[in-house]
Amino acid sequence: MNTPLLQLTLARIREFYREPAAIFWVYGFPILLAVALGTAFRNRPVERIRIDLPEESASAISLKNTLGTDPRLDVVIVPMTEARNRLRTAKTDLVFTPGTPDTYLLDPNRPESVLARNAIDNVRLRAASNQPVAIEESMTEPGSRYIDFLIPGLIGLNLMGGGLFGVGFVVVDLRVRKLLKRFLATPMRRTDFLLALMISRLLFTLIEMVLLVAFAWLAFDITIRGNLLAFAVLVFIGGFSFAGLGLLIACRANTIETVSGLMNAIMLPMYILSGVFFSSERFPAEVQPILKALPLTQLIDGLRAVMNDGAGFGAIVAPCAVLAAWGLAAFAIALRFFRWR
Amino acid sequence: MPSAIRVRDLVKTYPGRPPVEAVRGLELDVPVGECFGLLGPNGAGKTTTLEILEGLLDATAGEVEILGLRWDRDEAAIRRRIGISLQETRLPDKLTVRETVTLFRSFFTTGLTVEAALDTVSLAEKSKAYVKSLSGGQKQRLAVACALVGDPELIFLDEPTTGLDPQSRRQLWDVIRALTERGRTVVLTTHYMDEAERLCHRVAVVDQGKVIAIGSPAQLINDLGGEHVIEFSTAEPLTEVVQAKLKALPVVHSSRPEAAGMLLTVKEPHRALPALLDFLRENGVALAGLTTRTATLEDVFVTLTGRHLRDGEGQS
Repeated sequence: MNTPLLQLTLARIREFYREPAAIFWVYGFPILLAVALGTAFRNRPVERIRIDLPEESASAISLKNTLGTDPRLDVVIVPMTEARNRLRTAKTDLVFTPGTPDTYLLDPNRPESVLARNAIDNVRLRAASNQPVAIEESMTEPGSRYIDFLIPGLIGLNLMGGGLFGVGFVVVDLRVRKLLKRFLATPMRRTDFLLALMISRLLFTLIEMVLLVAFAWLAFDITIRGNLLAFAVLVFIGGFSFAGLGLLIACRANTIETVSGLMNAIMLPMYILSGVFFSSERFPAEVQPILKALPLTQLIDGLRAVMNDGAGFGAIVAPCAVLAAWGLAAFAIALRFFRWR
Repeated sequence: MPSAIRVRDLVKTYPGRPPVEAVRGLELDVPVGECFGLLGPNGAGKTTTLEILEGLLDATAGEVEILGLRWDRDEAAIRRRIGISLQETRLPDKLTVRETVTLFRSFFTTGLTVEAALDTVSLAEKSKAYVKSLSGGQKQRLAVACALVGDPELIFLDEPTTGLDPQSRRQLWDVIRALTERGRTVVLTTHYMDEAERLCHRVAVVDQGKVIAIGSPAQLINDLGGEHVIEFSTAEPLTEVVQAKLKALPVVHSSRPEAAGMLLTVKEPHRALPALLDFLRENGVALAGLTTRTATLEDVFVTLTGRHLRDGEGQS
C-alpha cells in the first residue's frame, strides 16, 4: 500500500505528532483555557459577612445569638480598641455598637461594610417580627452554569483554530519551503495532495473533539444533552467550513507573516463577536444580522443548542447551511486562485 | 543520437519596471546519456532556464522539447520520466530519510525501491534519521535520492553542491557519475568551474541570459588559444605603454590587467617565460611575484565576459 494519498496523509500526521509544541497548542491549550476559565467563573461559595461587637457593650452576647441565626454572618466579640484596629486593617467589615441609637462603625467606601450594615438591619428586623431567616437555594444544575456556556464556545474556537492553522499555516509553510513546488515537479496528483490535507485535518479534529468532550464531562460533568449525531454533523460541517477558510487565506500567501496576519484578521473579530466567552446578543441589535452571518457564531449557537438545550437536528439546519455556504465558497475561491509554484 | 533536450530561441522576461530579461534567446541541445552543465555566475539565468526545462516556469517565447515531448501537450508524460532537485527545497524536518523517499516514490508508478535509491546516494545507514539531523551534504544527497527514486531518464540538479564541504561534493559527484554510467541524462547548474570540468561531458557557459560558449571543458579551454596562465605582480604599477607592449609580444596569446600586475594566457610557457622576463628587465620593471598554472573554465569565462564567475555572488 504505497499510494500517494496514503503517503501524503501519513506525512502530515507524522509531522504533526512529532512536533510537541503543536500538540500542546492544539490539544492542551483549549483544555487549559477551560480549566482556567472554569475555575475563575465557578459558582461562588456563600458570601461571608464579618461583624465585630465591642465587649464593652452589655447586650453583646445576646446580640451575637440573634445575629448568628443568619448563617452568612461571622460575629466576633472583641474589645473596642481591637475592633477599630480590625476594621482599619480590613479583618472585619463593620463594628456594631448597640444602643439608642445604634452605632455602625464602617468604611462607606467598602461594599462589604455596606452589605454588613444591611445584613444586620435585616436580621434584627426579622427577629423583631418573629420571621425566620429565609432559606437560600442556589441554581447549580448542569446546563445553566457559566462553564456549560463556555465549553461549546471553546469547541467552536478549537474548530476554527484547527481549520485555519491546520490548513492555512501548513500550506503556506509547504510553499515557503518550496515543497509545494517540489511536489508539483513530480507526477503527484494535486487532488491527492488536497485530499490528504483534508483527511489528516478530519482525523485531528476527531481526536480534539473526543478529548474536549471527554474532558468537559470528567471535569465539569458536562454532557451532550441533545442528539449526539446532530452534534457530530455540526462539528464535521464546522470543521469543513474552517478548513475551507484556511485554504482560502493560504491560497496566495507566500510568507508565514502574511498568513499569520490573515489568520488573526479572521480569528480575532470572531473571538470577540461570535459569543465564545459571552453571549453575542449583548451587541446592539443593528449589528446582529452581521454577527449571525459569521460562521463561528452559527457554529457556537448550534453547539449550545445541542449540548445545553438538548436540541436535535432541527436546531442545526440553519447553522449547517450558513457554515456549508462559507466552506463551499471558500473552497471554490481558494482552488481557483491557488498558487502551486 | 536522440535529443534529451532541445531548446530554440528561449526567452523569459519577468514583468516589472524595467522588465527583467532573465533569458534572452538561449539555444541548447543535450543528447541522451550526457552529463551537461550550465555554468555561469549567479543571476546569469541558469535557474530560470532550468525551471523552464523542468516545466515549473512558463517561457515568454521559444521552443522547448524534453525527451521529444512538449510541456503544453504532454506534461503528465514528461513528469513521469524526469527527476528534479530544486536549488532550495527544505524537506520536512520531522520525517525520516526513509519516509521522505517513500513519499516521493509513491508519486511514481514505476521506479527504484526505496532501499536502492538510498543505497545509490549512500544514505542507507541514515534511513531512520530525521531529515532535521542530517548534514548539508546528506540533505543534498537525500534531495538527489528523491529526484532519482522514480528512475527517471532525465535528471535536473540545480546547484547540487553549493555550500557543501569538499568531501560531500565528491560524494555527490560519484552519485552523478554513476547515473550517467547507467545511461541517464543529467543536466546540472553550477558556478564551480572544477565541478563542471570534472563532471560534465559538455558545458554551456551562460551569461546574461545567453549561451556564450558551449563544448567540452577541454575544448573550451583549448579555444582560449593559450592553455597556460602566467600571473605576475609588480612593485610599481605598469604604465599603459608597457601594458600595450606586453600584449604585443608574440608569445602572449591574450592578456588582461589584474589588481597589482597582469594575467597572460600563453601556449608554450617554456618560451613565454624567458621572453617575459627579458621584456620586464629591458623595461626596468621589478617583479613582486609570479605564478604559472594551467587554464580553467574560470579563465574561459573571464576571457569571454571580462568578469569573474563569482562576481555576481549574492544576487540570485
